[in-house]
Amino acid sequence: MTNDFWSMGGYARYVWPCYGIAGAVLAWNWWAARRYVAAAKLRAARALAMASSEAR
Amino acid sequence: MTVGAWEAFSLVVHRELCLSFRRPEQLFQPLVFFLIVTTLFPLGLSLQLSALRDIAPGVLWVAALLSSLLSLDSLFKSDADDGTLEQLVLSGQGLTLIVVAKTCAHWLVTGLALVIASPIVATALGIPTSAFATMMLSLALGTLTLSWLGAIGAGLTIGLRRGNVLLSLIVLPLATPLLIFGAAATDRAISETSTAGAVYFLAALCVFTCTLAPWAATAALRITLE
Amino acid sequence: MWTWFYKLASPPYVYGVAAAFVPWLLGFAALAIGYGLVAGLGIAPADYQQGEAFRMIYVHVPSALLSLTVYTVMAVASGIALIWRIKVGHAVAAASAPIGASFAILALVTGSLWGKPMWGTYWAWDPRLTSELILLFLYVGVMSLRSAFEDPLRGDRAAALLAVVGVVNVPIVHFSVVWWNSLHQGATIVRIGAPKMPGSMLWPLLSMWLGFMLFYGAVLCMRLQAEVLNRERQASWVREAIK
Repeated sequence: MTNDFWSMGGYARYVWPCYGIAGAVLAWNWWAARRYVAAAKLRAARALAMASSEAR
Repeated sequence: MTVGAWEAFSLVVHRELCLSFRRPEQLFQPLVFFLIVTTLFPLGLSLQLSALRDIAPGVLWVAALLSSLLSLDSLFKSDADDGTLEQLVLSGQGLTLIVVAKTCAHWLVTGLALVIASPIVATALGIPTSAFATMMLSLALGTLTLSWLGAIGAGLTIGLRRGNVLLSLIVLPLATPLLIFGAAATDRAISETSTAGAVYFLAALCVFTCTLAPWAATAALRITLE
Repeated sequence: MWTWFYKLASPPYVYGVAAAFVPWLLGFAALAIGYGLVAGLGIAPADYQQGEAFRMIYVHVPSALLSLTVYTVMAVASGIALIWRIKVGHAVAAASAPIGASFAILALVTGSLWGKPMWGTYWAWDPRLTSELILLFLYVGVMSLRSAFEDPLRGDRAAALLAVVGVVNVPIVHFSVVWWNSLHQGATIVRIGAPKMPGSMLWPLLSMWLGFMLFYGAVLCMRLQAEVLNRERQASWVREAIK
């Protein structure tokens, strides 16, 4: 990885933040989705637990 | 007693107009808002008519858009509040017909009023009288399209808290083509170049919306009411 | 083939299929994006006009394309849900909206970062950036409408109608903005756009686009599981599914 690569012909301060933000958006998407699924499963488990305790 | 379609249509329009004229203040509010918003621009920018003339079409159109939005909330809201809307749905007349009637009445009372008031505002912004015809035509087409877009939005947001804000949020992005072509038409009329392209496109938008929006607005009402 | 389509209308089936697809989609997405990054940053030559700055195309264009594709998927799913009353369609639309909105924001930010060295300004009312901005507003409208209703099904159906109305408008808005921009075109502006591209520049772009699409598919499947669960909480299959 030469210095040329990192400096991107002088445009480094646009190109690298650009890719950085792209990576951040992708990461956020994945992380938020995981959190969302976990929360949904938790809510479903609670709803089932309540329903079965009411049924008794 | 069965009522024919045309009779039902004119009955609803008549009712809407009567209700609107019973409260004339409510008729004037969007117009006053139109005037106020237009006044804000010279105060904020420049008092020279020559400078204003350049931005006048855009200012006029943005003010017209915002004033129309204000009045859209009342399209279905008061009827929904007192139960009349459900009665209309149950009446056996097609809901689409009723929606068309209400929207037409709404445009007569708001959009048409804006068109008639526009020369006053246009003079205040420095638009020359030669441009008035195109300006009023474009406003007429634009406000009609906007009434229909607003009918869809109003149908979707009846009874929601902050429904008014949501209505604007929904309708404004959809209205951007109107703004672009309407302002362009007026601008070209001022600079005395051919306005045909812009006006034709505006008319096309209007026809397209008036054809499809009634179904969308009816569907929206069914979603929120049932 | 149609049996497969009918099966997709069943929430438990969709839940299972989505869960199974996620690792595959993620894996292939990683491969495609990996290749795109290596080839785009390292192998493709610099552009004659734009220099190294053109490499921003490898994130800007895929995210813009994705934001449009996702909106279309959302609208189609919404249409299916409204016409045939298939609730899974609402789940797909609800799951897609935040993903698409995030891609629209990414497209705007990367477009802005690309604009600064090219145009000297972080923002310009260029037709595609403007249409992208309006698309973002449409996304926000759909998401806000869905969450404004207390009854989730009603919210789903209202948002679905709005999505369908919006998708009809997207081409109209785009055309209007292009026309308006052609009126106001200033001095020669270097277009934020694909330069005529030889293969070595094009392949990484296609790969990044594919990678982003696969990534969307993966995240969609993840969110879809959650959306299906949220809509089917009382159903009997849920007990087995969440163990």
